[in-house]
Amino acid sequence: MSARAARASNGAEVVVVGAGVTGLSAAWWLARRGVDVLVLDKGLVGWEASGRNGGGASHYHSPLFDEEQRLWPLMDDLLGYSTEYRRERVVFATNEGHLRNYRRMAEICRALGYRVDDLDPAQVRDFVPLAGADNLGGIHLRFGGHANPQRTVQAYSWALQDLGGRVLQHTPVARILTQGGKVTGVESARGILSCDHLVVAAGPQGENLLSPLGLRLPLASARAEMIVTEPAPLMPVGGVDGNGLYGRQTLRGNLAYGGGPHEWVEVDETGPPARPSTPLLRSLARRVAELLPGAAHLRVIRSWAGIVENTPDGRPVIERLADPGNLTVATMSGVGFGLSPASGHAISDLVVEGRCTFADIAKLSLGRFSDVPEDWRRSKGWLPTTHAEGRAAMA
Amino acid sequence: MSGARGFDRKAVAGKFPAPEREVEILVIGAGPAGVAAALEAARDGAGVLLIDENPVGPGLMGLDTPLWYGGRYANVVRNRTAMVERMLAANPALGDAFEAGVEIELGVSCWGAFVAGPGLASLPCPLAGLADEQRSWMVGFERLIIAAGARDVAFSFEGWDQPGVMGARAFQALIQTYGAFQGRRLAILGSGELALRTALLALSQGLEIAALLEVREAVQGPSDLGEQVIGAGVDILVGCAPRRAAGGPEGVERLAVSRLDGAEERTLICDTVVEAISLTPVVELLDVAGAALRMRPSLGGYVPASPDGAATSLPGVFIAGDVVGVPGGASLSPRAGAASGRRAGQAVLASLGRTASIEPPAPAVSSFDAVAYQQAWMRALMATSAASVIICQCEAVTREALLAVRQPAYLGPSSPAMAQRDLGRLLEDGPPNPDQIKRLTRACMGPCQARRCREQVAIALAWASNQGAESLPLAGYRAPVRPLPLSVLADWREGKAMAEDWDVWFGIPTQWVPYADIGTEREGLYGDLLGEGAS
Repeated sequence: MSARAARASNGAEVVVVGAGVTGLSAAWWLARRGVDVLVLDKGLVGWEASGRNGGGASHYHSPLFDEEQRLWPLMDDLLGYSTEYRRERVVFATNEGHLRNYRRMAEICRALGYRVDDLDPAQVRDFVPLAGADNLGGIHLRFGGHANPQRTVQAYSWALQDLGGRVLQHTPVARILTQGGKVTGVESARGILSCDHLVVAAGPQGENLLSPLGLRLPLASARAEMIVTEPAPLMPVGGVDGNGLYGRQTLRGNLAYGGGPHEWVEVDETGPPARPSTPLLRSLARRVAELLPGAAHLRVIRSWAGIVENTPDGRPVIERLADPGNLTVATMSGVGFGLSPASGHAISDLVVEGRCTFADIAKLSLGRFSDVPEDWRRSKGWLPTTHAEGRAAMA
Repeated sequence: MSGARGFDRKAVAGKFPAPEREVEILVIGAGPAGVAAALEAARDGAGVLLIDENPVGPGLMGLDTPLWYGGRYANVVRNRTAMVERMLAANPALGDAFEAGVEIELGVSCWGAFVAGPGLASLPCPLAGLADEQRSWMVGFERLIIAAGARDVAFSFEGWDQPGVMGARAFQALIQTYGAFQGRRLAILGSGELALRTALLALSQGLEIAALLEVREAVQGPSDLGEQVIGAGVDILVGCAPRRAAGGPEGVERLAVSRLDGAEERTLICDTVVEAISLTPVVELLDVAGAALRMRPSLGGYVPASPDGAATSLPGVFIAGDVVGVPGGASLSPRAGAASGRRAGQAVLASLGRTASIEPPAPAVSSFDAVAYQQAWMRALMATSAASVIICQCEAVTREALLAVRQPAYLGPSSPAMAQRDLGRLLEDGPPNPDQIKRLTRACMGPCQARRCREQVAIALAWASNQGAESLPLAGYRAPVRPLPLSVLADWREGKAMAEDWDVWFGIPTQWVPYADIGTEREGLYGDLLGEGAS
């Protein structure tokens, strides 16, 4: 057994369950603070939704927004690896309803102190040459941006290793161990790993991990899909949204876009089910061609899908619990990638300081779900639903 | 006690439109196996639709899709009518199928197959996505027979990324299906059954053969075939590898060859290098549909898991012909392909409750380990060619960059930390995974959808990890398995339900409320904004 494996067999000061983008960022922040940290994952780093998303980084609704905006321009230097981060976004409209929404979004961001420029149709085409001449104008967020999710998750993993942290892939966690009201460690595929503090950032699997402790983290998971084209010439702004889509042009030039309906799925103790793409990719292709008529000839060369979890109100949970007091719980409820530099900072604060030092996140506590009824997923319709059931419900 | 079940209007359930048409039995691929399957399935009066993507247009051929044509097709491929005529002339069984009532659509590809499974309950029925050059559409099926054939496993050496370097299966298609091969003098890589048959096909067309090259020390294919080739005066150079293909604007003009022991270099004059080392089954539609696949080195690589050579792990989905497995890396004979097709047709009829007796499977005809042979070639080419050789043409990834897990060139120079990272350090974290390497290096991520590099990337990774390629997981295939333009793939006639409730994200009204307003009277102001643009 190597020294590395021997150390791993004993656990660490802080064990993080889940090598998604939130858990990895938390571990990286902890390693930066000199904490001995070990990340466990059932598979590869960032293999679930963390590596399968639109890469956006402009989340004005979040209490972590300011920190998200402060950190992204620094991340490549802080991590020591490229995340392919590109600044700013353009959101433009192809119908009047969308335009109203975008203008309103601009007002919200301005009220938070961020610059947003209104764009007329010609200005839209200056930033987005693939847009049509008949676009209705849009907004230019002079903040935010986007990064490459796959490169970013690996960057977190490598960066935390460079600081002495450890990542054990292919190491599913079966249960959390407690004694005398404290978490003592986890039972994993590599045996018992002890810790002084445990962070659960296990995405869709968080609910099953926590429930034996009498902790209720109500989650419903669904599949979301994206498509990717062959490369197009680089546009002045790569983060371009509209027409019901989110997406980005990668630095290679590929257009990667998602949006539209999701499919609710069941997640068992082994993790999410298969992640097929579906004929939905035809509806995505149509909307990309409508948004960017100059790209309509580009070939779609792949698609992907990710399974993302949602809380009942769609908002994150980030909380160091009172009991057990050495357990911190995090889910970003389907909006985790862009916020990850900040969510990791917040989680490391909770672990080390007992409180988030840079933002009020009290409204993201787990306790708000204590009254959610047992059958909440059923009453919301957030359960796997067949085509026939859907048709009947819509009739 | 439980309340009423709610309904999420933002979810996909109920939104997929009905397919454009529904067929009882859909057969993908009109080679010997697909035609025989369609004929057999139609015997009892079942409705059968048989599609084939040939004739493939020059746009896709230029992308080396679906086969590795290497630019050696004549201009006549632009003449669709002429190509259809040649296809029909080359494949008389298609006429038989037409006479038997099989509906046939040529120039139509299948880019995805979708069936219910874990996490997928929302389909109106089992669906296949089809496309021609103008548009795409969905077809519902009760049974699907995939007879998608096999494609070439490509290997890189210096100069392989120029016109004139191509695969044996593509060579065969250009000769036999299209009558449009544009080359005169070949060097053929390999000496197994595939290479020997390729040589005999070339000779039958009056083409010249400069030589066959074999990295092993003996001819690998059946001795009767070897004797025919040698008897025709063709050299088979054993213990030799190509060093470098060189040429001009129209591609290859000569191939430098050397012995693997370092001795003796010679130059072959040729306009085409046909890589005839191994085929591998085209399992992409099966992977997309969620069928179980397994590695079978004697059958050319990953093949569909099948108890009987016809059924798959997916109810209603069957296989026939080369996709079942290519013994020893060489295509089934037309006769064996047809037998496989008949059995698939019979199995489908039996599964539909129609009377059918199923022929026993043909015995395995090769014990030749095609994956070991692929690895022998890759090792030889890695030994004789510089590490700067391009391994992924679309993304211009070199073998060196692949094995160093180097970031792609468009990101500029690596950071000091990145410069310390390589495959060896990545392997400290876990076993090699081609999908992970793809993400980091961009190898296999281009418009040819990795048709020219998937296997050699896996073999190179396995080699660098001191493993056999048979132990590596398959890099996943994703729909669309043909590179279709956005405007072609687009659903221009999607249903109202899809459009009306379309949202950027989940459409959870509370999700986008600015944090400060949560729990205040302002909270209700954002319901209509939903997720628009929040990314």
